[in-house]
Amino acid sequence: MYHAGVTTATAKRILRQLSHDPRTIALIFLVPCVLLGLLRWLYDGNMTIFDQIAPALLGIFPFVIMFIITSITTLRERTGGTMERLMTLPIGKLDLVLGYMFAFGLLAIVQAILASMLLLYGLGLDVAGPHWFLVVMALVDALLGTALGIFVSAFARTEFQAIQFMPALIIPQILIGGLLMPLAQMPDVLERIAYCLPLTYAIDALNIIVHHTDITGDAWRDLWVVLAFAIAALLLAALTLRRRTT
Amino acid sequence: MANPVILADKLTVTKNNAVILSELSFAVQPGSITGLIGPSGSGKTTLMRSIVGVQKFTGNLTIAGKWAGQRQLRRQIGYVTQSPAVYFDLTVWQNLQYFATLTRAQEKDVEKILQTVKLDKQRDQLVESLSGGQKARVSLAVALLGDPQLLVLDEPTVGLDPLLRNDLWDMFKDLAKDGRTILVSSHVMDEAERCKNLLLLRDGKLLWNDTKSALLDHTKKDTVGDAFVAMIKKSGVA
Repeated sequence: MYHAGVTTATAKRILRQLSHDPRTIALIFLVPCVLLGLLRWLYDGNMTIFDQIAPALLGIFPFVIMFIITSITTLRERTGGTMERLMTLPIGKLDLVLGYMFAFGLLAIVQAILASMLLLYGLGLDVAGPHWFLVVMALVDALLGTALGIFVSAFARTEFQAIQFMPALIIPQILIGGLLMPLAQMPDVLERIAYCLPLTYAIDALNIIVHHTDITGDAWRDLWVVLAFAIAALLLAALTLRRRTT
Repeated sequence: MANPVILADKLTVTKNNAVILSELSFAVQPGSITGLIGPSGSGKTTLMRSIVGVQKFTGNLTIAGKWAGQRQLRRQIGYVTQSPAVYFDLTVWQNLQYFATLTRAQEKDVEKILQTVKLDKQRDQLVESLSGGQKARVSLAVALLGDPQLLVLDEPTVGLDPLLRNDLWDMFKDLAKDGRTILVSSHVMDEAERCKNLLLLRDGKLLWNDTKSALLDHTKKDTVGDAFVAMIKKSGVA
C-alpha cells in the first residue's frame, strides 16, 4: 500500500526532526568536504595520486555518512515506540520507507552537490568527462547508503549493533572495491566477490569519468547497477518491516 | 445486548515457549470503560498489543466483528503505549500535525484535542522539554486523533498529578458516554475503582471478567484490591 500524501508527510516530519538538530545537518554537509580537503592537503606535492583516489572517495564518503545516519535514525524510530504506533495506524510500509528515502535523499542531493563542486572547482581535480555525471554518481552513491542504512536497521536491536554494521558491511566494500588495488590484480575469488558488491561499480564509474571525455557504456552500466542495488535495498527494507511481532 | 467491541475466545500468546496469555475468553461491550488490572508482568501489555494488531496470537480475537490486525481496524483504534510513543525532537503541534495526516483528522479537531489534554500552552514546545506527565498527554492526544471508536490505553495515568488524573478520568467518562469503548490498564487498584467493568489478569490468566459490583458481591469485599487477593487465593495459584 502506498499513499503519496502520507509519504510526503513522513518525509516532512523527518526533515523537521532534523531541523531541530542543526549540528547533525552541519556534519552531514561538511564532513565529506573537510575530508576531501584534508586529502588534497595530504597530496599537495603529488597531484597524480590525488587525481587517482579522490574520485573514488567522492563516492565513498557520502555513501558511508548517509548509511550511518539513516541506520541510526530508523533504528530510533523502532526503539522509541513510534514505529509500533505507526504500525497500528493507516500507513503502508512502503509509505514509511519512501518517506525516509525522500527526506534523506534530499540531504544526499545537497551533500553530493557540495562535495563534487568543492572537488571540481575548489580542489582542482582534473576530470576529463562531463562534470554533471560526477555529481549524479556521488548522489546515487549517497542514495545507496541511505537505502542500505534503512535496510540493515531491521537487523539491529540497539544503536550499538547498528554502528557495527559499518565495519561489517561497508569497510569490506571499500577494501576490495578497487580503491586500494585495481580489480584485475586481485586474487580471482576476491575479484568475483567485488563484482557482486555495489560500491565496486560506484568507484569504477567515478574513475571512468575522470579519465574519459565521454560517458562510456561501462559508466552507464555502473550507474544502473548502483541504482538497482539501492532500489532492491529499499524494497527489502519495506519487506523486513514487521507489523506484528511474535 | 449489542455486539461486543472486543471478543476474545481462547486467546493465547506464547513467546519463546513461555505462555504469556493463556486461553483468555471475554467480551467488552460498546460504550463501556473496562479496567485491565494486574501486576506488572501479568500480560496486560501483550493483551493490548494483540488487540491493536501488532502481536501474533492463537485462538480468536475480533474487534468490532473484524479479526484483530485487519487493515480496516487501523482507523478505528487509538493506542497509547506505556512510554510515550511520540517524536521527542518535534514540537507538540508538529507531532499532532503528522499523526493527523495519517489518521485524516481535521485541523479543528486537532485544536480541540489539544485543549482536551490541556496542552495548548505547550503547543510550540519540543516534546523532550516537557515533563513526564505532559509527554504522556501528548501521546494520549495522538491516540484521540481521527476519533477512534476504541481506545486502548496502557497505564495512561502513571506519574500524573492527582488533579490531572481526575480530569483524565472525567474525559474517559465523557468519551465513553459518546459511545466510545475504553480499555484502560493499570497496576494501581484505586484506578480499578473507577471502572465499571474489570478484567483481572495474573500470570496470563483471567481471574475475573465481569462488572466491579459483581466482583465485590462475589468476594464479599469492600475494595477491588481485597477482592483481587480473594480471587487469587481462590484460584489456588497464590
